[in-house]
Formats: sequence, C-alpha cells, structure tokens
Amino acid sequence: MSRRPFQLFCLLVLCGIFFGLTTVAQAESTVTRAAMLANNCSTCHGPDGHSPGAIPSIAGKPAEYLATALREFRAGTRTATVMTRHAKGYSDEDIQALADYFSRQ
Amino acid sequence: MTRLSRRHFLQLLGGAGALLAKPLSGSTAPRGKSKSIGRVIVVGGGFGGATCAKYLRKYDPAIEVTLIERDRQYVTCPFSNMVLGGIREMKDIQHDYARLASQHGVKVMHTTVTGVDPVKKKVTLADGKTLGYDRLVLSPGIDFKYDAIAGYSAAMAETIPHAWLAGEQTLTLRKQLRTMADGGVVIIAPPDNPFRCPPGPYERAGMIAHYLKQHKPKSKILILDAKENFSKQPLFQAGWQAVYPGMIEWVKGTEGGKITQLDAQNKTLISELGDKHKGDVVNLIPPQKAAALAHTAGLTNKDGWCPVNQATFESTVQPAIHVIGDAAIAGKMPKSGFSANSQGKVCAAAIVTNLRGIALPESSYVNTCYSLISPDYGISVAAVYRLKEGTITDVEGAGGVSPKDVDAQFRKHEAEYAAGWYASITKDTFG
Repeated sequence: MSRRPFQLFCLLVLCGIFFGLTTVAQAESTVTRAAMLANNCSTCHGPDGHSPGAIPSIAGKPAEYLATALREFRAGTRTATVMTRHAKGYSDEDIQALADYFSRQ
Repeated sequence: MTRLSRRHFLQLLGGAGALLAKPLSGSTAPRGKSKSIGRVIVVGGGFGGATCAKYLRKYDPAIEVTLIERDRQYVTCPFSNMVLGGIREMKDIQHDYARLASQHGVKVMHTTVTGVDPVKKKVTLADGKTLGYDRLVLSPGIDFKYDAIAGYSAAMAETIPHAWLAGEQTLTLRKQLRTMADGGVVIIAPPDNPFRCPPGPYERAGMIAHYLKQHKPKSKILILDAKENFSKQPLFQAGWQAVYPGMIEWVKGTEGGKITQLDAQNKTLISELGDKHKGDVVNLIPPQKAAALAHTAGLTNKDGWCPVNQATFESTVQPAIHVIGDAAIAGKMPKSGFSANSQGKVCAAAIVTNLRGIALPESSYVNTCYSLISPDYGISVAAVYRLKEGTITDVEGAGGVSPKDVDAQFRKHEAEYAAGWYASITKDTFG
C-alpha cells in the first residue's frame, strides 16, 4: 500500500470525525442546562431576554447585576411583584448559570 | 489510485468548513435532505406546538420541522376575557405563522391530521396524503364532554356559548352581553378539575363585571361552580368586593353550583340538587378531555387525557409520539398557555438530544398566570417545577400567589405586567 491513499483515508476519517463532532457540538452547545433554565424566563422577559412589552428586558445585562438581583429577590431584600416568588426556585448554581446566559444575549 | 492533491485537500477542507459554517448561517435557508438529521411533525399550532416547532429549529437547524395547523390565524384564549370586557379587540389576540416559516425555517401546513400510524411512523392528512416522521409531537388542545350536561351539545354551544376556545364564540358571548338589558343576570358555570386555564372563569367574571359596571350597573353575575374552591380564590373574591361590591356571587358545587342539565329554551341551568337558575346570558363551560386527535391516535387514559414520560413528554402508550399542552398529564402543572410553552421547549430539547444521541440536561418547568380583576387590578400565580421521581413537582418554597395585603400600586403593576406577559409569550411562541 502506497502512502498517498493512506493519507487520503486518514483525512477522510478526520473530516468525518470533525463533521460529526461539530454537528453534535451544535446541539450540545444549544441544549444546555442553562438554556433549559433560561427558556422559562423568556416567556415573560421575551425571547432570549429581549422584551417587547412592559416586563423589563434582561438580555445583555452584566452577569453580576443579574445574579445579585436574583439573589436579593430570593432573599426578599429586593422588592418585586412576582420575582420574589420565582427566585426561590433556583440554587446559587442555577442563578449563576442564568446570569451568565442572559449577559451573553 | 486516487492521489491527494492540494486541490483535493482544499476541496475537502472547504466542504468541512461549509458544514461547520452551516449552523451559523441562520435557519432560514432551505436545507437539502442529505443534511437533515431527522423529520419532526408537530400537530397543533397553539402555545405548545408553535413553541416546540420554533425551539426545535432554534436548538438544531439540521432538523426538518413541519407544523400542521388547521387555521391560518390563531386566536389565543389568554386575553379573550379582555375582549369580553371591552379592553381588547379580536385583532389584538390573533396571531399567524408567517414568522415561524420565514424566521425559523418551520414548514407550516394548514390542514388537519385524520390518522396516525405509530408503527409505520406516518400521519394521514385531510386530503388522504401521508407524511412520514421520526418524531411526532401532538399539541391538540381540548375537547368538551358535552354529554356530562343533559341538553348541551356542540350545536347548542353556538347559542349558549362556552367561549372556551377563543374565536367565534367569544364574539357571540360579547354580543349577548352588549344586547342584554340593565339589571340582567349573567351566569358563568365553570367545570370541575382538570380543565383549561383554572383561573379563567373567574377572570372572566371580573372582565364582564368591568363592562357591566360602566354600561349596565344594576346587573348581576352568578357563578355556578362544579368545584368547592378555585384558583386564586381569596384574591379574586377580595378584588371583586373592592371593585364591584355586591355584583358577583359564587356558589360552590355542594351548595347547588354543580350543573348537570341545561334547559336551553328557558336559558335555565339545573343543578344536581335540582335548583333552577335562569340567566339573561348563560356561559356554560363543560368538563373537558384531550382533543379528538389524541383519542384517534389511541394516546388517552380512561379520564380522556394523555399520560406521558414527564421528562420528555413522550407518550407512555406509543413510542416516538410526544404529547404537550392541555392534552397531556404533566404532574402539578396547570393546563395553561404558559405551561404549554414551557413543555414545548422541554419536549424540543428531548427530541433534539434523542436524535443526536446525546444526554438531555435536567429539565426545568415554570408557570405564571396573570388574571385581571379590572384594567388596573392584576393578580398572579407562579410556580417553578422540577422532575421528582418521574412527576413534575413544585420546588418547595418557591412560587405562590400575589400577596394579600398590598396597595393599589402593586395591583396596577401586576395589571401592566399581565399585558407585558402577553406581549412576551406571544412573541416567544409565534415570532
């Protein structure tokens, strides 16, 4: 067996792996725990946190600001209508994931 | 023997680059069959189905998604009570599917599904054609158990409307309210649990009262309830007392509220105890079950609803078929537009990860329902859910209803947020 067909074989295999990995990565990078949590915020705060109406937009706000607000809602030290009730449903880890997610939108 | 030239190498690299770039190029471009990783058919374009179709494409543009919906315009049940109250018009609660197609690459077909073959994995359409799928999502909504009330029927509902599927009957009921004389009695008869939109009948009472207070202030609203208590009850009753003192009366099931018979000729409802209540306008909402398609496909239990794996919404009766929205049994989640939207997203994630052969992250589910007492007086109920031993369960300590003792400004904020909620959820679902 000469070297060149072997090189081609290797390249094709690598391309196959590359393609496979990138397409799986596409789904893995979108179907995350953070997205699963954040998707429920979008229902009131608008798609990916861009609100079309009276409820504040949260897209693109600094992660620290969002995380602090959520922790204070949870503790009851920041006043709100409904967010004090929602925030109690999330752990510190969840809050950080949500804050990071929306800060990147 | 093939020789690996520089040109070949560049072609291969270019091909790989194009494949890599594809997911970034937006989801609107038509996709060749060779690149598809699966075909998903979603039936029913309400809050569950439209959301699921959109999020499938958002998660993974390599999935071919076909949404089959009978109507070109969807009329939302949420905010249809505001149409009765005269603070919204029908055009404000209608949505189409143009953006799902143009912005998200969902193939939208306006027809109905007459049959499902779970073995050959295909659905039959109204014109007799069949369509194959890898995964099927049904979000068919509800139908009514008319036979639970003697004398009531689908045909009768055109004149004694339930108005529990927003549309023609919403307008019929509004017209009846507008032609009623001052001093008339409006009867609302809500069904037993479970049913679509648990706070809906009580928001309806407030919105009708808002109209009557301005135009027919001597009129009364009588709620004849099949239940012993209802969603957000103390908040509704305090709100009615504050805004419409003496106008709304509620009768519980065991005290003559449970209606078993309609005398349509005399616009009279008869309770299981034999009490007769004559109304000038009668809004009779029958008990409910999953919509016909769920029954046709053999997905329902003895109560008429669809049992599902609550992590993925896959039917426990038929594999590769998912049921979301009001038709599904979803643990503690109420049958609401918000629940359906939340379930649509979880179901989309479950399907994408299944087709890709990767793990589904832990799901999170939420519900938030706003109700109006008046245009300036809103109340809400919220819940955060997790899967616990296979059942969607409230996260302890989270959620609950609006506080009891707050000022008018708080109620006004919640009324504003109700409108904000509607703007956001409809954009999230249809746009």
